[in-house]
Amino acid sequence: MNLLVFYILAILAAGSAIMVVTMKNIFHSALFLVLTFFSVAGIYVLLNAEFLAAVQVLIYVGAITILMIFAIMLTHQLFSRSLRQVNEQVIPASLITFIFFVLSVVALAKTAWPVSGGQLPEDRIFEIGKLLMSEYVIPFEVVSVVLLVALVGAIIIGRREKSGDTK
Amino acid sequence: MAPLANYLVLAAILFALGVWGVLRNRNALIIFMCIELMLNAVNLTFMGFSAYLNDYSGQVFVFLIMAVAAAEVAVGLAIIVSIFRHKENVNVDEINVMKW
Amino acid sequence: MTLTLIIIQIIKVIAIFVGLLTAIAYTTLFERRMVAFIQGRVGPNRVGPAGLFQPIADAIKLLFKEEFIPDKANKVLFSIAPLLSFTTAAMAIAVIPVGDSITIGGYQIDLVISDLNVGILYIFALSSLAVYGIVLAGWSSNSKYSLLGGLRSSAQMISYEIGLGLSVVGVLMLSGTFSIAEIVRQQSGSILNWYFFKQPIAFFLFFVSAIAESNRIPFDLPEAESELVGGYNTEYAGMRFGLFYLAEYCNMITISALAASLFFGGWSGPFLPPIIWFLIKVVIFLFVFVWVRGTLPRFRYDQLMRFGWLAIIPLTLVNILITGLVMVLKG
Repeated sequence: MNLLVFYILAILAAGSAIMVVTMKNIFHSALFLVLTFFSVAGIYVLLNAEFLAAVQVLIYVGAITILMIFAIMLTHQLFSRSLRQVNEQVIPASLITFIFFVLSVVALAKTAWPVSGGQLPEDRIFEIGKLLMSEYVIPFEVVSVVLLVALVGAIIIGRREKSGDTK
Repeated sequence: MAPLANYLVLAAILFALGVWGVLRNRNALIIFMCIELMLNAVNLTFMGFSAYLNDYSGQVFVFLIMAVAAAEVAVGLAIIVSIFRHKENVNVDEINVMKW
Repeated sequence: MTLTLIIIQIIKVIAIFVGLLTAIAYTTLFERRMVAFIQGRVGPNRVGPAGLFQPIADAIKLLFKEEFIPDKANKVLFSIAPLLSFTTAAMAIAVIPVGDSITIGGYQIDLVISDLNVGILYIFALSSLAVYGIVLAGWSSNSKYSLLGGLRSSAQMISYEIGLGLSVVGVLMLSGTFSIAEIVRQQSGSILNWYFFKQPIAFFLFFVSAIAESNRIPFDLPEAESELVGGYNTEYAGMRFGLFYLAEYCNMITISALAASLFFGGWSGPFLPPIIWFLIKVVIFLFVFVWVRGTLPRFRYDQLMRFGWLAIIPLTLVNILITGLVMVLKG
């Protein structure tokens, strides 16, 4: 049962990821990206990580992709379809990617991954919070500074110059 | 739970698709989406290992990666929108001059 | 899970969903009658005794209207958008407890569909999905009014989502849990246990953000009819429009229930059964929604954004800071 759900979600994630890359209409790409993120969130639920599943939906689906759709609406003519989306290096790019993929899968299959039995303790959010505030407190604080800098940077870059064109 | 290898292979697929998209597409926004796809693939491996090694560190890393991804998107999209204002275009193969 | 438990679960889902739909139907009537009362009119009172069958008449009318899809609209997305809007709104009710656990025939039944330990995050995740219903509707209609409405609305909803999320953090810090049932349980016993008295600022910020998040007056910019015809749902008719309409009222109910549960003790209260207390509190909040709608004018768009980013969000941050300080000082 668990395995079946995993495979459904995996196929959904991979399939919509293919659509993200190959779609001609960029708005549809963004929608398939939502589907990918959503399936990945489902896989997190299967791994008993409800907290991160919710955060995944909240951040990736609710914030990042919406921002992308916003950027699409700001930078594209409404229904501009069937523009050429690929650059001139399609064939070498596909080859390299394929080789990379095969190599990584072979490497994955050949490595014996250490797996410990047993289950994670129950109160997961509590444990994550404790780790964030003890062992990983420095990365945590650094990330908060990164977010602040990004916020200020985005505002400054995105702001129109006062004397600039009025478009 | 599905065996660990399943999660890793799915992550490899997503990562490879992300790489493919970055190399082959010319629209900066799609390249952005593919970067997010790759970050998600990495997150997935972290989550898989976290669950199979009974260690929450993986989940903490995923959390931090998500925060950085959000920051990256905010800045990146601001740059793209600002480029669009100058060039009326977001195709990376046409944005190849450093000043204008 | 035994068969009995599955049956109980199914009954719970059906009961809560039917209850929700009935509540939505009668919230529309309630709102129309209340607004009429505020404005010195009579309101719909012809269908059935005191207009009680008005929602049924509305539903029949919407169902028999022509389902119109504009030329050159994206048909698939155009049909998905209202469904998405309503589904995400309706799904949020699943984690809100309508009463304490009861025991029937040896089975302990929680009066909530699923008491997730990430309940509040789940609701926020769903509300962030609700933006897609509006964006898709705006984009797929192939109409400038819809698109502008969709753009405005998504910007508004993302902005106020931050305020909504951050305003609850104070309560989460005090309660130490994401589970709504657990938060309600912590507030039972005395009226002074209500988080409203410990987090009054948080409550007001929450409620203002919630009104904005559900696109209601005075923040109903997405459908400002005087400038955008009807906003993102301009091109919709019939039951597709009806679903957007249902979603809006469903959001109102969810937010009222959430406000009652997080700040006003949910189902806890003396003498009366828990469900009655829960319903009383929800109805009071629904009344406030209608009252606000009946009395306040609409914000201008730049005022709305400035208010969200420069008033709501800083205040929520200050509230979190103060809550943290007090918690540390008290030990």
